[in-house]
Amino acid sequence: MSKFWIVLSHTYMTRFKTKSFLITNIIALLVIVGLANINSIIDLFDSEKDRQVAVLDETGDIFAPLKESVENTASDVTLEQYEGTAEEAKQAVEEEEYEAFLSISYGEQNLPQASYYANQIASSELSNTLEQQLQQIKVAMATNNAGIDQSQLEEIYQPVAFEAVALKESAKTEEELSEARGLVYIILFLLYISVITYGNMIAMDIANEKTSRVMEILISSASPVSQMFAKILGIALLGLTQVGLFIVVGYIVLQQKQSEMTGGVFEYFGLSGVTASTFIYGIVFFVLGYLLYATLAAMLGSLVSRIEDVQQLMMPMIFLVMIAFFIAMFGLNMPESSFVTVTSYIPFFTPMLMFLRVGMLDIPAWEVALSIVIMLASIALLAALGARVYRGGVLMYGKASSLKDFKKALQLSKKS
Amino acid sequence: MTLKISNVTKRFGDFTAVNNLSLEIPEGQIFGFLGANGAGKTTTFRMILGLLDITEGSIDWDGKKINYSNSDAIGYLPEERGLYPKLTVKDQIIYLGRLRGMQKNEIVAELKSWLEKFRVPAYLDKKIEELSKGNQQKIQFISAVIHRPKLLILDEPFSGLDPVNVEMLKQAVVDLKSQGTSIVFSSHRMEHVEELCEYLCIMQHGSPVVHGSLKEIKRAFGKKNVFIHADFDLSFLKDLVGVVDYKATTEGCELQINDEAVSQDVLTALHDRGFVRRFALEEPSLNDIFIEKAGASYE
Repeated sequence: MSKFWIVLSHTYMTRFKTKSFLITNIIALLVIVGLANINSIIDLFDSEKDRQVAVLDETGDIFAPLKESVENTASDVTLEQYEGTAEEAKQAVEEEEYEAFLSISYGEQNLPQASYYANQIASSELSNTLEQQLQQIKVAMATNNAGIDQSQLEEIYQPVAFEAVALKESAKTEEELSEARGLVYIILFLLYISVITYGNMIAMDIANEKTSRVMEILISSASPVSQMFAKILGIALLGLTQVGLFIVVGYIVLQQKQSEMTGGVFEYFGLSGVTASTFIYGIVFFVLGYLLYATLAAMLGSLVSRIEDVQQLMMPMIFLVMIAFFIAMFGLNMPESSFVTVTSYIPFFTPMLMFLRVGMLDIPAWEVALSIVIMLASIALLAALGARVYRGGVLMYGKASSLKDFKKALQLSKKS
Repeated sequence: MTLKISNVTKRFGDFTAVNNLSLEIPEGQIFGFLGANGAGKTTTFRMILGLLDITEGSIDWDGKKINYSNSDAIGYLPEERGLYPKLTVKDQIIYLGRLRGMQKNEIVAELKSWLEKFRVPAYLDKKIEELSKGNQQKIQFISAVIHRPKLLILDEPFSGLDPVNVEMLKQAVVDLKSQGTSIVFSSHRMEHVEELCEYLCIMQHGSPVVHGSLKEIKRAFGKKNVFIHADFDLSFLKDLVGVVDYKATTEGCELQINDEAVSQDVLTALHDRGFVRRFALEEPSLNDIFIEKAGASYE
């Protein structure tokens, strides 16, 4: 047991002390802090000047309401009545006196129409704002012309009263569903990213020991099974350290911006109403998913003899994760489809798909239990197989890595 | 603490790597393991260490199988050298030493004395990849002996070293032996084996062709060598009864005879022929024995 801890702490510390680990974390933390302050950063660049729009209003009665509604929606935009010809106004825009020039006139049926002139029309934000506000004025005028008064108009635009009610008492309510969806999203991404990142790290670590041939000394000192699991857990702890760091920093940053947010951090992510059981399922499936894929990665890592082959051998595993991820994305909208139901029992897909079903549907406990049992069994199976391949694979140095190698590794470690 | 290999056979599929090998290696001995490339030496070592399972037979050390419960008492220098290139010598040896059940401070003290002994004390904080191949090998050797093993297995310990380093490592091996370590080592270099081992075994195609103490092996071999330096033509000695092999040298010839009594016949035959500057009767070298016993596989 103590050798297990030696390997674990060695795996953790050597990774922890590398420069690349430090740099990755610093970059990630900068990104987190940056994202949390994204509004202030954008403001910093944009707050230089108020944007002025010259308006040439031929109708004479649209400018005033348009100015009011535009300046209410976009505080940094001011409309100015232009005294002069259209040509002069365009000239002024070119000389950057104004951000843009808007010419308004009456078209057919006495309804307003407008042309928008700016030096660049690549950024559509300003023209969209103007168009939307003018549209509202046009609607008001058109309905007025048709003899519909304000109260009738409001009646027309009133949304229909529509409520989705689940009859089964234990079914999720609309709010619970959207919150569960949020959590499912987060777990899906976490699982996807950590399986790919940390799975790769495990495979690389083992392949490194194999190519540097230090493996033969290692397996003569400590059993391959305990080494394999020490590596898997060591990297898992490293991942926890990393994610934990991000969460703590993210939480602190968000706390400081609390004044700008109503409600707590969990509400910010739409998670305040997620039930404890969903949360626990999330953790359980995350852990099981990590273990399953990490064991697979360890086994694959022990098969290669050159570091270049790691990526190639990891491809099938990455495809598995990707397939699970895409089915889950599809399943977010159709969690009840039988395709999702069936695939949620396939161990490599279970952590994502069964969790999705648990989070979004009301499924009987035995189904969840069954999928967990299947997963545990496949982890045990993979671990037993992995340990044998590991033991045989580390003594095997060949060129390619293929199914044949897999068989050979099994044979080398065979009990007679 | 005897290492006992009884009727061990190892098969990979149809291929027999080791065939019915039986050996006994007494405590505190240096045992030489010889054989052509592919004779099954490394496979045998891996079986002793428990890295490979035995197809038939058994290997016991001190009456027990070697596994992870007693692996702390065993040191291993694999033929394929390997250390973590990115780690410093200190971190490296600390990790490997702890895996053999040592405490960190003991390891550092022991490591320093070994580096002192190998005259490379400045390497303590150097990364492995910065060292020359020969110096890496010294570190590798230290990693095998840092925990003062009772049984030390050295697979080709001296290959790739310059003569000064070979002497240094040989001295270390002899010191370990005098401290009571049983040592098994393999080599292609007969003079190393002859110098260090009292017991040895020559493997060929997975089977032991010769085994026992060096003296007995030489005696049992029967044949002796006669070296003659003379000023006249010696080729007539080829036809003498009892002369097995004749090899002309620059100053005379080298004869292999099948019994030491034949040497006297040679001496008589030389009488009155001319001036003889040297006449010597010598034990066969291990090299002769190896070439005759294991060389058969190349013919």
